[in-house]
Amino acid sequence: MIELRGVTKAWPGGAGVQALDLGVAEGECCALIGPSGCGKTTTLRLVNRLVEPDAGSIRIAGQDALRQDPVQLRRGIGYVIQEGGLFPHRRVGANVATVPALLGWDARRIAARVEEVLALVGLDPAQYRDRWPHQLSGGERQRVGVARALAADPPVLLLDEPFGAVDPLRRAQLQQEVLALLKRLRKTVLLVTHDVQEAVLLGDSLALMRGGRLVQHATPAEMLARPADGFVADFLGADRALTRLGLFRISDAARDAADAPGAPLPEATTLRDALAAMLERGVTALPVAEGGSLTLEAVLRSR
Amino acid sequence: MIAWLRANPDAFLDALVQHLALSGAGLAIGVALALPAALLLARRPVLAEWVSAGAGVLRTLPSLAVLAALLPLLGVGFTPSVVALALLALPPVLLHALVGLRGAEPAAVEAARGMGFTPLQSLLRVEVPLALPQIFAGLRTAAVQVVSGAALATFIGGGGLGDLVTQGMALLDIAQLQVGAIAIALLSLGTEGGFGWLQRRWERA
Repeated sequence: MIELRGVTKAWPGGAGVQALDLGVAEGECCALIGPSGCGKTTTLRLVNRLVEPDAGSIRIAGQDALRQDPVQLRRGIGYVIQEGGLFPHRRVGANVATVPALLGWDARRIAARVEEVLALVGLDPAQYRDRWPHQLSGGERQRVGVARALAADPPVLLLDEPFGAVDPLRRAQLQQEVLALLKRLRKTVLLVTHDVQEAVLLGDSLALMRGGRLVQHATPAEMLARPADGFVADFLGADRALTRLGLFRISDAARDAADAPGAPLPEATTLRDALAAMLERGVTALPVAEGGSLTLEAVLRSR
Repeated sequence: MIAWLRANPDAFLDALVQHLALSGAGLAIGVALALPAALLLARRPVLAEWVSAGAGVLRTLPSLAVLAALLPLLGVGFTPSVVALALLALPPVLLHALVGLRGAEPAAVEAARGMGFTPLQSLLRVEVPLALPQIFAGLRTAAVQVVSGAALATFIGGGGLGDLVTQGMALLDIAQLQVGAIAIALLSLGTEGGFGWLQRRWERA
């Protein structure tokens, strides 16, 4: 759906992108990660041509993005930036209506769509439509930002550190909700984040960049299990094995038929949480609510 | 003073009307030049720097010096006075507008571009609305400067309340002088207060 081939962009101060090949399949979410200045944000901005490449080709939904009018191109791509980038002088409803209004939809269709997308992101339209952005919490602003990006129903969304300004307690829930929503709507997503946990949680694939180059592009499980080199391993963190266990659930692991003592865990528990429960209880087997038990052996084997 | 006003109501009203006409015309022309200039310069940061520096210099020149400098170029009377007042109004409006446009919340401007606003749409629908408080502050400063500066128009035959002061001095008519001086001061204070009130009212809206 998004196809970058040999894309190069040099900045005078460095931090550009060199000969980048990156593909994101339809309905998938690719998380761009890497240290500051690695070119991940530049890569994102190349896709909607906020940055013009020096060389290479960019195709979106089979169309050559570089031959389209950039303004028209951007109206067809959802864009969410940190804190939402809401217009402070426009109410929530008007913010959400931005792209449909640019596209010239009639007022009734816009109003209906605003209600629809606000409800999609979990905000009651009647309660939020007429508020000002400064009256919202960080999480609510971010939800409005996502609603605004979805308003004209673009097939592709670009998210630049979308949860950076949300307080950590609410972040996990918002991440889960947005992920579930984008999956349900079958959106193709390119996400920039500096948070490995967030990338692992949201990304169908991770693209790790360094110095303007793509170092490794793989599924989270693959990258965490087999980092391409020491840099990737370091970036993913010493606890990458634990991070990886967070990708699997008890239902993914081999189950022992024997019962185990203690309070049972539901199948949907991640292996990371299951391992933590074993450590906490000082046991090597846990009962599973749906039947049988999970052994430490099984957790280790699913590495 | 009251006696002088009773005796010369027409002279006072003429001077007041002239003063308001001078100020209004000067301010209007200054704003009409400065705001479009600010919009044109908003996308040209380097040029904007140079123009800002120039406007800064113009601002530091004493109003009387500007009037005197214009005398040989434009002669005396109403029109040269209006030109001088327009020059006085221009820098604050331009500088404030440029600062406001440059300072418009970067995230909102970035979002506007990223969602497919044309540069003109972004300027008129996002950057200008966000810069409005600054633009208004510039207008307020300019208005006060022009209203008080118009008192000097009398030196190049522009008329206004300054006439009462100069004539009062020439004739040693203290009452006339005081009427002129106090009227100028009240008008300036009123302008400041009036624009301030408008600004607060509008910010609350």
